[in-house]
Amino acid sequence: MTTTEQDGRAPLRSVSDSPPDAAALARRVEEFLAEHDPAGTDAADFLRARFAAGLAWVHYPAGLGGLGAENGLQTAVDAAFARAGAPENRPRLNVIGLGMAAPTILRFGDDAQKQRWLPSLWTGEDIWCQLFSEPGAGSDLAGVGTSAVWDGDAWVLNGQKVWTSMAHHARWGIILARTDPEAVKHRGLSYFVVDMTAPGVEVRGLRQITGEAEFNEVFLTDVRVPDDQRLGEVGQGWAVAQYTLMNERVAIGGGTLPRESGAVGALAARWREHPEARTPGLHDRVLRLWVRTEAARLTAERLGQQQAAGQPGPEGSGVKITYAGLNQECSSLELELRGEDGLRYPDYTERRPEVEDYGSRDAGWRYLRFRANSIEGGTTEILRNVVAERVLGLPAEARADKDVPWKDLPR
Amino acid sequence: MSAPATPETGDLLYSDVEDDLRASVRALVEKQAPWDAVLRRTDTDDAVDTDLWKRLTQEIGVAGLAVPEERGGAGASWREVAVVAEELGRAVAPVPFLGTAVATALLLGTAEDELLASVAGGERTAVLVVGATRGAGRPVPVVERQGAGDLLAGTVTAVVDAVTADVLLVPVSATEIAVVEAGADGGGDGVTRTTSESLDMTRRLTDVTFDGAPARIVTGADVDHALQVGAAVLASEQLGLAERCLADTVAYLRDRHQFGRQLASYQALKHRLADLWVAITQARAVARYAARCAADGSPDLPVAAAVAQTHCSEVALLAAEDGLQLHGGIGFTWEHPAHLFLKRARADALVLGSADHHRTVLADLVDLPA
Ligand SMILES: Cc1cc2nc3c(=O)[nH]c(=O)nc-3n(C[C@H](O)[C@H](O)[C@H](O)COP(=O)(O)OP(=O)(O)OC[C@H]3O[C@@H](n4cnc5c(N)ncnc54)[C@H](O)[C@@H]3O)c2cc1C
Repeated sequence: MTTTEQDGRAPLRSVSDSPPDAAALARRVEEFLAEHDPAGTDAADFLRARFAAGLAWVHYPAGLGGLGAENGLQTAVDAAFARAGAPENRPRLNVIGLGMAAPTILRFGDDAQKQRWLPSLWTGEDIWCQLFSEPGAGSDLAGVGTSAVWDGDAWVLNGQKVWTSMAHHARWGIILARTDPEAVKHRGLSYFVVDMTAPGVEVRGLRQITGEAEFNEVFLTDVRVPDDQRLGEVGQGWAVAQYTLMNERVAIGGGTLPRESGAVGALAARWREHPEARTPGLHDRVLRLWVRTEAARLTAERLGQQQAAGQPGPEGSGVKITYAGLNQECSSLELELRGEDGLRYPDYTERRPEVEDYGSRDAGWRYLRFRANSIEGGTTEILRNVVAERVLGLPAEARADKDVPWKDLPR
Repeated sequence: MSAPATPETGDLLYSDVEDDLRASVRALVEKQAPWDAVLRRTDTDDAVDTDLWKRLTQEIGVAGLAVPEERGGAGASWREVAVVAEELGRAVAPVPFLGTAVATALLLGTAEDELLASVAGGERTAVLVVGATRGAGRPVPVVERQGAGDLLAGTVTAVVDAVTADVLLVPVSATEIAVVEAGADGGGDGVTRTTSESLDMTRRLTDVTFDGAPARIVTGADVDHALQVGAAVLASEQLGLAERCLADTVAYLRDRHQFGRQLASYQALKHRLADLWVAITQARAVARYAARCAADGSPDLPVAAAVAQTHCSEVALLAAEDGLQLHGGIGFTWEHPAHLFLKRARADALVLGSADHHRTVLADLVDLPA
């Protein structure tokens, strides 16, 4: 028996050893917290140290904020840090950075790019945005027209992006641009990282139906992007973008999703608090939505279990379709329960919204905001196509754009 | 007046053992009861495939899965029972599995070890004698005891899986059950069974009349709990049926061409199938959750069973109805299996309580009062 076994502790493994299991991770977190008191440490310093210790996203490789551990072990690590009152890395504001840019950089970036972008991305010091959609290309993303032309020592970008969430907070943006208009549309694209503070990048707020300006238009005029900010090969941008979009799935969240979380919670609370508004018809509708929400919750739970067990299922698209519909129907019925109250709206003044929990917003605002759930991140119709084609193996849509150079497509 | 607490979710995946069990049941059922054999049987008086039931219980031991080894069973759990139910639902197999599950749940709570062991081993079948549409959460009607005691009189209509049952378990009070020997072919002493044509031809209903039937009174039976377990098992049956309908419909639409195209290439049809698939992923989650609650004795079983029944009833019905519609005229013919699934799905949505019944029960359970 070795000394370490005697005192009940496995030897601390070097990073080249096999990845840590749940118990080893728990111990590392404990040791880390003993050395870095969350209360007494500057938030940014704390987060940088957590990244350096490999306890940021434990399934990432060593040296890049992780320890090569299993994906499913992250939840427990996050929970342990949360319990200790550790500072957050602005997960809501940086949802695109953490959820989409980071996995893409990890998969397609070279070592220098990973070292350059991942640390400040994870700590939340740098917010990221996604410059994909354009006025002429949304669902049909491969149709983007923003051009990137090589000019001796850099790519020069020109074009307009739209619906860009977080652009006004962002330091970096992932962008899909056309490097070869002569090629068939999926083949003429390349993928870059744009410095949002570079000359020629102009961000304008775009007002939405809630009155606020949560997203933006981004105009790119002769923006110079060095070649070391390209991810993937020239002409391979579509494959890289596909990978980004694959990661754009519903955040399953850590641990057990609470019963009655989401839009049904506000609906149920309203029902309980206002017996005078109850009718048999409304009662039936409330119960139906409650059951559907519980079914969606358990489906998300099961998906999370599959992912943790290394059997990623295609259920993600389904979960997104379902939650979009439930948010919309629950918030709509809630307005009905509110009666006259449901007809009032707090404030349509144009402004930048706080990034906050939707649950704390007014019912009217939520009703309006949830309309976007079935549009943003892939429309419900497109996701149905995805399920039909990728899950059920049904034939792809007939298409008119497969063999034609992009420049000759009707627009 | 507050949001309900969140219970532990538990394991919603299938274990390797469950996968193996599924494979054995599927292999046996595909060989012994393909849909055309099931269809042919509906035109005969032999409503139940007793041969298949014998092989299921004796070769695979499906009746004893939830019974501990020391009480004569296989010592598995309601999770495994649910997996078998999926497979039997997929095949609309005419065997008394659902009735056996309910009876077993009931007997597990009593001291009837000899009877329990014989049911677990498949030597005898037992059935809870309540009307098919009775669901958990509301008191079930009881049959009257005559005079001082041990003779029954009364009628219970529309009982599921009573056609071939050897033993009838009859509620006589909130906590008491009368055990009655059913006798062969229709009746024992003072018992008359009349099986009639039923909407679901693969699970026919029986009216049971007692007229001075001798009974043994057993205490400690929790009928409500047995019905909840039954609802959990039924949800898995509905899941299996829905998956079968989707798979058959996808195969058919890929195969059939109209207007010079595969029918499966039309977006209107693709989106319907995609929606159905999404609904089925949810049915699987709620059915698994209900099964795991039954298996672990979770206090959340009443909610889980009601949610599972509400949801799976609607999904199975949608799968069967859309499946029939998307087959066109061929789906409306007797010689096509679509109607077997449609009839089972339509009946299942009423068996052990309708979706509306379960929503009403839920309203109390989760504090969303009328
Ligand atoms: C709140 C919000 C935030 C967003 N944030 C970002 C962001 O940060 N970055 C970014 O790049 N984009 C963002 N978007 C853009 C979003 O991704 C697009 O709006 C979306 O992909 C749809 O594209 P579109 O608006 O061009 O609609 P279109 O593609 O023109 O679609 C119009 C309608 O036609 C349907 N449709 C389209 N194609 C098909 C088809 N093949 N079959 C059936 N139906 C079809 C659609 O479902 C939709 O109903 C955001 C959008 C919203 C609403």
